[in-house]
Amino acid sequence: MKDFVIPDRRDMGTPEVRGGPPVTLSIDGFSVTVPEGTSILRAAAEAGIPIPKLCATDSLAAFGSCRLCLVEVEGRAGTPASCTTPVAPGMVVRTQTERLKRLRRGVMELYISDHPLDCLTCAANGDCELQDMAGAVGLREVRFEAGANHFARRTAEGPNPRWRPRDDSNPYFVYDPSKCIVCSRCVRACEEVQGTFALTIAGRGWDSRVSPGMDETFFGSECVSCGACVQACPTATLIETSVIAIGTPDRVVKTTCAYCGVGCSFDAELRGDELVRMVPSKEGKANRGHSCVKGRFAWGYATHRERILKPMIRARITDPWREVSWDEAIAHTARRFREIQAAHGAGAIGGITSSRCTNEETYLVQKLIRGVFGNNNVDTCARVCHSPTGYGLKQTFGTSAGTQDFDSVEQADVVVIIGANPTDGHPVFAARLKKRLRGGARLIVIDPRRIDLVRTPHVQAAHHLALRPGTNVAVLTAMAHVIVTEGLFDEGFIRTRCDTAAFDDYAEFVADPRHAPEATEALTGVPAADLRAAARLYATGGNGAIYYGLGVTEHSQGSTTVMAIANLAMLTGNIGRPGVGVNPLRGQNNVQGACDMGSFPHELPGYRHISDDAARAVYESLWGVPISPEPGLRIPNMLDAAAAGSFRGIYIQGEDILQSDPDTAHVAAGLRAMDCVVVHDLFLNETASYAHVFLPGSTFLEKDGTFTNAERRINRVRRVMAPRNGLADWEVTLRLAQAMGADWSYAHPSEIMAEIAATTPSFAGVSYELLDRLGSVQWPCTAAAPAGTPVMHIDGFVRGKGRFIRTEYVPTDERTGPRFPLLLTTGRILTQYNVGAQTRRTENRRWHDEDVLEIHPHDAETRGIHDGDWVRLASRKGAISLRARLTDRVAPGVVYTTFHHPGTAANIVTTDYSDWATNCPEYKVTAVQVSPSNGPTESQRDLAGQAAAARRILPAAE
Amino acid sequence: MSPDRIIRMANQIATFFETASPAEAAEDVARHINDFWEPRMRAQLLALPPASAAALRPAVRAALPLLRPPARPAPAA
Repeated sequence: MKDFVIPDRRDMGTPEVRGGPPVTLSIDGFSVTVPEGTSILRAAAEAGIPIPKLCATDSLAAFGSCRLCLVEVEGRAGTPASCTTPVAPGMVVRTQTERLKRLRRGVMELYISDHPLDCLTCAANGDCELQDMAGAVGLREVRFEAGANHFARRTAEGPNPRWRPRDDSNPYFVYDPSKCIVCSRCVRACEEVQGTFALTIAGRGWDSRVSPGMDETFFGSECVSCGACVQACPTATLIETSVIAIGTPDRVVKTTCAYCGVGCSFDAELRGDELVRMVPSKEGKANRGHSCVKGRFAWGYATHRERILKPMIRARITDPWREVSWDEAIAHTARRFREIQAAHGAGAIGGITSSRCTNEETYLVQKLIRGVFGNNNVDTCARVCHSPTGYGLKQTFGTSAGTQDFDSVEQADVVVIIGANPTDGHPVFAARLKKRLRGGARLIVIDPRRIDLVRTPHVQAAHHLALRPGTNVAVLTAMAHVIVTEGLFDEGFIRTRCDTAAFDDYAEFVADPRHAPEATEALTGVPAADLRAAARLYATGGNGAIYYGLGVTEHSQGSTTVMAIANLAMLTGNIGRPGVGVNPLRGQNNVQGACDMGSFPHELPGYRHISDDAARAVYESLWGVPISPEPGLRIPNMLDAAAAGSFRGIYIQGEDILQSDPDTAHVAAGLRAMDCVVVHDLFLNETASYAHVFLPGSTFLEKDGTFTNAERRINRVRRVMAPRNGLADWEVTLRLAQAMGADWSYAHPSEIMAEIAATTPSFAGVSYELLDRLGSVQWPCTAAAPAGTPVMHIDGFVRGKGRFIRTEYVPTDERTGPRFPLLLTTGRILTQYNVGAQTRRTENRRWHDEDVLEIHPHDAETRGIHDGDWVRLASRKGAISLRARLTDRVAPGVVYTTFHHPGTAANIVTTDYSDWATNCPEYKVTAVQVSPSNGPTESQRDLAGQAAAARRILPAAE
Repeated sequence: MSPDRIIRMANQIATFFETASPAEAAEDVARHINDFWEPRMRAQLLALPPASAAALRPAVRAALPLLRPPARPAPAA
């Protein structure tokens, strides 16, 4: 096993300064040149001269409190702190003199006089900066008599009033005040890196203490458990419980998080093959050393007892499962699929690729379907999330991808968030965004719900357009109306970069008075004056960047909304440079990659249409089989065809369509109608209740590959431990293809990437060697852009000229009425992820152990509902029960819930309405009624009972 | 697949293209369906009985002759 060990994990003391003119100075006789504004501490570190320090770390602004990094500067009085003293030309610095040595030793002596000396049994033993510094300054004695202190539980007089017990309220880390040196690194990390402001230093002088909230526990405070404080702590005061339990790690493997589409880089720190902790990589270009509660802490599912490690088959879904060997499971699956095709035609089977698996695995599944099944019935979960992004951006810009990298947000002046809730769904991006907002950028939020970003510590949106669910197109077209009719558009950009005939047509369309904000106000619920002000701000406020999520796409007009967003960006010239752009926030870790890899039934890898003869010929010659030029079935079409009897077998890798897809009854009917459902997953998920074959999957910790995040960044996933189920997912697909007669041979995922690069123009330059060298790369990665492409459409759109498209608002067919007067919209919460299969099997469940219904107090009052009551949520499709939470985050007339828990089965109530272009389901608008209830509904009880029965496993017959 | 669903999906597509470029709506609808609909869905749309076909929007009806006929007969749906 080859580990990728980071060559340099040194802490440079203060953050990097970019772009300043070079300044040359002398440190201990060595000449050093650094950008202006750099601290002496960092300049010395860059020269290879580490200056002792405690309160400084390169992820935080200099603070100057520990007085350990003192230096002498020729011609200046005293001994300034090198962390807060910037370099100057010609400066002569000494870092090690008799005076400095004496001073540092004195400082350390004071620190140690109020610190327990239990180093041998301390969890940070060997990984403690205080310990290191005591050694570095040559501390040999502590002359102070035992006296008042914070660390001794008892003193000679009785209990020590200054001692505080350990706070182990958080499941992932502990806070031990007795070991705190009050360096404020945790408080600053919470403010500067995460932007939650949950921590403070309470008291003064001798009474100073780190305090979560108003002297609360960590778990009880507003702490979001991102772990930035733990990472920043130089001692064992804040430390991971896993380190306490296991010991310090001795080995690092660089890999990529398998949760959301931010795609954070992590250092998996191990002892042997036991994962001790995950630490976000400072050099990770998506996350820059930060992470959230999921990525850093919620990986325990990999060893959860409910994980299935042996393949299983059964004849009927009412039978219990029977454990079998891999050989038997693969042979059985291959035989069943071929039997179905013989009886019902080549098109009677298909598959679903996983947005949680690697690019290489996804590529293999679509290759299996196109090359071995002999049809294009392949789809992926992007169908139900960002397929409208694919369609809408391809029509307007020419390719389906976000235009920027995440660093771009640092240069944005006006940020528009539409239908996304980054602090919950994309927390690390949200932390970076909040940092920029604190730095002065202004924010426009377009969302029916008052998401946290509307008002959060040191951040307040300039405008929150709280539109009625389903009216995105009307609102965005009204913004375009304001920009066009008030002459705020960027004519120069449009004339040089866009199709001017299309612009003229579009301008005429949006200028129509029926699109004026005053005309649409009654429909959208957005006050015209607010909308006008927001449109003016976006058009004239400097670099305008749009970030959007599933609140845009998951509508019957999802694709139209994406086009409306692209129109706005082109209108205002906010495309093609850092700080601007159109940025879809992708839901899952590799949903971008799954789309790139040809998971859609109409597209080969690299977004080439299946009817493109030249593109098909590339694969036909390589694979040695003909490829159908006809588009295949999309997920909802597969289910329809199954119910109609023409689609009878499916291979589902890493996706739980029964829980995540809309209209559960319809999904269940489709699955039940099939002859062979093969589920390849970590757990017996809800879909597996309808499966005939279960193939155990492997986690991201157990395989090599790549994930592509929302900024098109291809990141390496590296094997940290052997697959507990025996085979990585790509090996399972490979075996299935071989059992069905294909002559595939791959020894390692790097060989699959080589095939991808050889056949997909935008990946032409990608190789594992390149990724090892550069860390990551953003496609297109070609001969013209060998190091990838951070910003797209710089000199021209991929399609040539940008194309404006008319975006007429068409109301959804889902209407409220007397029986269903409220609108339900759905979303995510920070600690849970998607269907919750992973996060529910970690301590994250302690933050969110059930889905609740948010309802406005006015709507609750008229229905006799109190906070915490069981309520029945009914739509035209079905009814569920869950608990109510009264909140004015939702407007009257709107209710909101999450879909993380299978017991809730929120998709019983969602409809089968979908986006006109892509069939992306309309999750975000369902007409509902809410009424008091006593407990779970019949549908929920049926599902739960059916799931329990379907999960029975016979003891192995050995 | 239920005829109602086929009709609804086709009409939804027409609704967009009718407003986006009224002049070319039929061609756009046909192109979209040819690009994204699996053959058995196209076959079903083409084989709608006249009573059902009456529910199709004008742009869909105008697009029908422009649809690529499926290469082989679709399996019984």
